[in-house]
Amino acid sequence: MDMTDMNSAAATSPAGRRQGEVILDLQNISLRFGGVKALTDISFNIREHEVRAIIGPNGAGKSSMLNVINGVYHPQEGRIFFRGEERKKMEPHMAALQGIARTFQNIALFKGMSVLDNIMTGRNLKMKCNLFQQALWLGPALREEIAHREKVEEIVDFLEIQHIRKTPVGALPYGLQKRVDLGRALAMEPQILLLDEPMAGMNVEEKQDMCRFILDISDQFGTTIVLIEHDMGVVMDISDRVVVLDYGKKIGDGTPDEVRNNQDVINAYLGSGH
Amino acid sequence: MFYRENGQFKTSYAADQQIFTIAQDKWFVWGLIAFAALAVPMLADEYMFRAILIPFLVLSLAALGVNLLVGYCGQITLGAGAFMAIGAYAAYNFMVRIDGMPLVLAMLLGGVSAAAFGILFGIPSLRVRGLYLAVATLAAQFLCDWAFLRIGWFTNNSSSGSVSVAKLEMLGWAIDSPTEKYLFCLAFVVVFAFIGKNLTRAAIGRQWMAIRDMDVAAEVIGIRPMFAKLSAFAVSSFFVGVAGALWGFVHLGSWEPAAFSVDRSFQLLFMVIIGGMGSIMGSFFGAAFIVILPIFLNQFLPLLGSLVGVTVSTAGISHAELIIFGSLIIFFLIVEPHGLARLWSIAKQKLRLWPFPH
Repeated sequence: MDMTDMNSAAATSPAGRRQGEVILDLQNISLRFGGVKALTDISFNIREHEVRAIIGPNGAGKSSMLNVINGVYHPQEGRIFFRGEERKKMEPHMAALQGIARTFQNIALFKGMSVLDNIMTGRNLKMKCNLFQQALWLGPALREEIAHREKVEEIVDFLEIQHIRKTPVGALPYGLQKRVDLGRALAMEPQILLLDEPMAGMNVEEKQDMCRFILDISDQFGTTIVLIEHDMGVVMDISDRVVVLDYGKKIGDGTPDEVRNNQDVINAYLGSGH
Repeated sequence: MFYRENGQFKTSYAADQQIFTIAQDKWFVWGLIAFAALAVPMLADEYMFRAILIPFLVLSLAALGVNLLVGYCGQITLGAGAFMAIGAYAAYNFMVRIDGMPLVLAMLLGGVSAAAFGILFGIPSLRVRGLYLAVATLAAQFLCDWAFLRIGWFTNNSSSGSVSVAKLEMLGWAIDSPTEKYLFCLAFVVVFAFIGKNLTRAAIGRQWMAIRDMDVAAEVIGIRPMFAKLSAFAVSSFFVGVAGALWGFVHLGSWEPAAFSVDRSFQLLFMVIIGGMGSIMGSFFGAAFIVILPIFLNQFLPLLGSLVGVTVSTAGISHAELIIFGSLIIFFLIVEPHGLARLWSIAKQKLRLWPFPH
């Protein structure tokens, strides 16, 4: 990635966002796939309203970390506390119920469905009508559908994708698909939003747009954001605290400035010459 | 020129979420239903009803059920024939064993029984997918073939192994003429088609499609794969079961297990693939293609032969019928792998712009 951006980013200090209580606390997480140690004894926490970045070289375990947070992977050791309460069952449904949403590195949209339907699926946990009411499409089911459609339209407006709302997502260009992916996660009205390389493969304008959306989400909705990103300029610019992984181990944790000057982090990831 | 949504503005989300958002579509479908209900009974003769229209309607309903599972939820099944059989035999048993059982209720209960078995045979879908799931559902097929042949209780210990329904009656209306049977089936098909459409555009339909398109992402946003898959199996089997009851009661009148053999399962799956996966309309296209085309070829080929001065033998016709039918299937799958429904929607798209190319 473009390391020269880092110097320009160094001029601005991390946004002075209000930081609340610890919302998610990960303690001594270890994850193995057979003999491969993906994560080894990693502990860090996430505070409410902050933008928390996870960085590290390829294969460091960043995406595995997100998969542990939203319950797709089951760590062999370690505990996860959400608002002080330990998570008993490690499954995606539970994480979704707690309000943890995510976007994917390789876009994982529902290709056969329109943009609206994709974002509407994000609200499935909030829709309570049963099968029979839905089959008849009368009264409660219709009212519920319309109420959620209104919420979804707010997200469509927020992400500025009104013109493609009825297009099947498979037909959309990459940058817009990323935006729809974000929209689907936002539709859950999440407490914590996990973004897995939201800016990968984007040009400068698209990156700027995406940064603006992320900061707006943080400002307007107060959503806690956990971000994996390789563009150091972006990371140092928008995040409040950064955790650095390398070979499944945590090698640094702190504000962007602390991390930038951490010798381990420089050796493992950032490289010298800055 | 005439098929265009110009000037049709939606001022509420409710208006935007109708089934037919373009007024012409709405008129077309209501017109079609009115034509089928009012004009067809006057135009068609008995042969048309018995050989074409009733089988077409019942198999469309079954194909619609299969489409909900295969096309919308992405779970492939080769057990549709078995669920038709369960629907038919269960409805038969409700009729025979409970005095004064209303016909429609028995059929719906047949569908409910099929749904229960659908859930049971859908359980493997939680662990296996694709061709392996197809093989697992095939087990349902062979189990039912065996059970309805060997276990006397299901056929009310009928000595010949075949069962028959004495007479069809609903609220004092005796359904005995072909026209009445046709209207009876039509009513079922229209109601179920709308139910199917409603389900697929509602939250549950989105859950099914989410599981079909990207199951990991679906889980992460809180969709439980177990609920989504098993509900798809249940609803699909319910539709197929009701279709099975109609097939037995209305179309056949008396039947034996061979009426719901594995051939039927394949036939229904082909209807869905040819008609268009994930499309309500496609189920009807597929059923029409598979039911009507062979009959059409059968009638049309001798005519064509006599036109060019060749007399075609009966055996020649039936062979040619298979050859042409097979090549048409291949042709359609190459030209449009997404089925006839996609061709239909492309045609509509073009018609919206016509006479302009873009």
